Amino acid sequence: MLKIVNEIKKELNIKKKKEIFNSVKIIPYIFVSPFIIAFLLFYLYPVISTINMSFQEILGPGDVKYIQFKNYINLFNHDFYDALIFNSWYTFWTLAVLIPLPVFLAVLLNSKLTIGKNFFRSSFFIPALTSVVVAGIFFRMFFGGMETTIPNTILKFFKIKPIVWTFKYHTAMMVLVIIATWRWLGVNIVYFLAGLQNISNDLYEAATIDGANFFQKFIYITLPGLKPVIIYVLTISIYAGYAMFAESYILYPNARTPGNIGLTSVLYLYQQGFDHNNLGFASAIGVTLLLIIFIINTIQLRFFGLFKKAGD
Amino acid sequence: MKKLISFITVIVLTLLVLASGTKLYSKTTTLTFWTFQELHKQFMDDAVANWNKRNPNNQIKLETEVYPYDEMHNKLLISLQSGTGAPDLCDIEISKFANYLKGKNPSLIPLNNIINPVKSKLIIGRFDNYAKDGNYYGIDYHVGATVMYYNKEFLDKANVDPDKIITWKDYVEAGKKVVAATGKPMTTIEVSEHWTYYPMLIQAGSDIFDKKGNVILDNKKNTEVLQFLKDMIYKDKIAIAAPGGFHHAEEYWNFMNKGGAASLMMPLWYMGRFVSYMPDLKGKIIVRPLPVWEKGGNRSCGMGGTGTVVTIQSKNKDMAVKLLDFAKLSKDGAIKTWTVLGFDPIRWDVWDAPEMKAVNKFTDYFGKGIFSMLLSIKNEIPGTMITDKYPAAIDLLKKNVCFNVLSAQSQTPEEALKQAANELRKK
Repeated sequence: MLKIVNEIKKELNIKKKKEIFNSVKIIPYIFVSPFIIAFLLFYLYPVISTINMSFQEILGPGDVKYIQFKNYINLFNHDFYDALIFNSWYTFWTLAVLIPLPVFLAVLLNSKLTIGKNFFRSSFFIPALTSVVVAGIFFRMFFGGMETTIPNTILKFFKIKPIVWTFKYHTAMMVLVIIATWRWLGVNIVYFLAGLQNISNDLYEAATIDGANFFQKFIYITLPGLKPVIIYVLTISIYAGYAMFAESYILYPNARTPGNIGLTSVLYLYQQGFDHNNLGFASAIGVTLLLIIFIINTIQLRFFGLFKKAGD
Repeated sequence: MKKLISFITVIVLTLLVLASGTKLYSKTTTLTFWTFQELHKQFMDDAVANWNKRNPNNQIKLETEVYPYDEMHNKLLISLQSGTGAPDLCDIEISKFANYLKGKNPSLIPLNNIINPVKSKLIIGRFDNYAKDGNYYGIDYHVGATVMYYNKEFLDKANVDPDKIITWKDYVEAGKKVVAATGKPMTTIEVSEHWTYYPMLIQAGSDIFDKKGNVILDNKKNTEVLQFLKDMIYKDKIAIAAPGGFHHAEEYWNFMNKGGAASLMMPLWYMGRFVSYMPDLKGKIIVRPLPVWEKGGNRSCGMGGTGTVVTIQSKNKDMAVKLLDFAKLSKDGAIKTWTVLGFDPIRWDVWDAPEMKAVNKFTDYFGKGIFSMLLSIKNEIPGTMITDKYPAAIDLLKKNVCFNVLSAQSQTPEEALKQAANELRKK
């Protein structure tokens, strides 16, 4: 008798366990838990910790004191100002190049008339897969100051003296925008290609019947159709522009930016945090940068009407 | 069959006992070592091999990790800051060292008990670079005596005798002759690093900080030295900005290797770069003391360096300190810094040892007699003053002062130095 009771109990237990794993209420949480745990540990905790650290002076292990807003007050210096200005121009130029150009190329790649589409698609995308470190070293040599580099050889042809590209403000900006274009063009093309697939062919057909030409179709159908993708790319590009680090870091070895040319905010954060062991101040830079990007993107999204509800 | 099995068992057991017995007798300590220089790994491996030969009962196994310069310093900083993960021994480059001495209790072990017994034989100025409150925390690989590397071919072409270049004035005059005769610049000047300006101001008897740690970067002497460098490029036209901006750029090595300039001022440790990266200059380069600012002045100065430290996280602190003593402070160790690394040892009492005159890849390249030359300037190698603000100061020299004055010409020497000095004072 007892045996039977026990067996029934056992079966019930197994059933219970099975129920937990089959329950509609619990199972979603189990599925999303890896992400939630990773998010809490590797995103939320560091963010809170950074905000906390930005109010501290950190000298060594166990040698930490709170200094109120001193780190933030110290941000009013010409280095950080230079870095923000450089960042803003860099972001502006990357937006000016990395939205129109990929839209244009995506339209070409989407067209039925283009030959070798797959070849071009993959060759545009390959740079995104290349290590930025390797590419950076290549670009550093390519834009070196020697007479024998390719850009300087071209200048020589026009009887212009060789230029040390990375040592002048405007040429350095140009080099960095070229690296960014080389690296991200393919990725943006992929975004826009995906956007183009979503535009119904019927619209183009109808437009053709109405007698619209290629440019009219582009302006009145393609661009409005791509608007959500453009806003998305704009948002991540603003973030990427202000968070740019690797390109500058590689172009100027060991974060050595002469006369603050090529100094970006994150590079400045890196210099202060690690070169000067000033982790509190570096945290303050990080928090400020977060706020700046947040504000710019909020304004931008409001301007393009993303927060408006459909039908407004 | 049974007999055979028992026989084998007995043998195996005896072997086991013997093996464990020897194990009890000779213990092996595993130490970890981080560095950013492949050459330093070779040096330490060599030292450990010698140690193990001499101490059969007290073996060391050294696990070395070679990381890129920035990555290693960041990793160390984070592991010391977080209290876990640091190695037993680690190399710290001089311009980063102050970062690790911040705060009341540095995370490094004082090394006074191994330094004091041999203090009289050391170039002690090199140890002050790694000291705080009377405690020495690091041991350097070299003195880093700054010297002038002349390209003999160009000097001969211009009829210049390097031994007659006594003062910097003579140097400029000789430079004009070289430029006229060969069309090559006399020298190159760093504009995005500090290895030209900094040694020259130290040699002139000045510094960034005075003995009390006050900022004196904008004093008259420093301004004059910077003006002198600027004049060499733009007025006397005997110097050019180093291609690539500094003397460690790949472009620069290529430029020099092709016979780019007639001379170059760098510390003695730059020899390794000549041997490795400028092979075509072999046999053409001679090493001489620096020209002086005024008669009787210093003919060199100690530049750069890397201090090896023991961290407080080490579980075998005693062994790590002993190994460091053996590898770098012992007489044999000091000699090895020359034979393995081509550095000028921090123990001057080995400079006239017979091993220093033996043929190696450096004497093949530069000729013999390097150390007789060094011995003659032994007392003319001033060190540098290092404070908490040192990393920031070097950064300002690199990024603002040298670049703005010598390359971009956006500031005069006075302006650039004043601005940098004020920024340092504020910190």
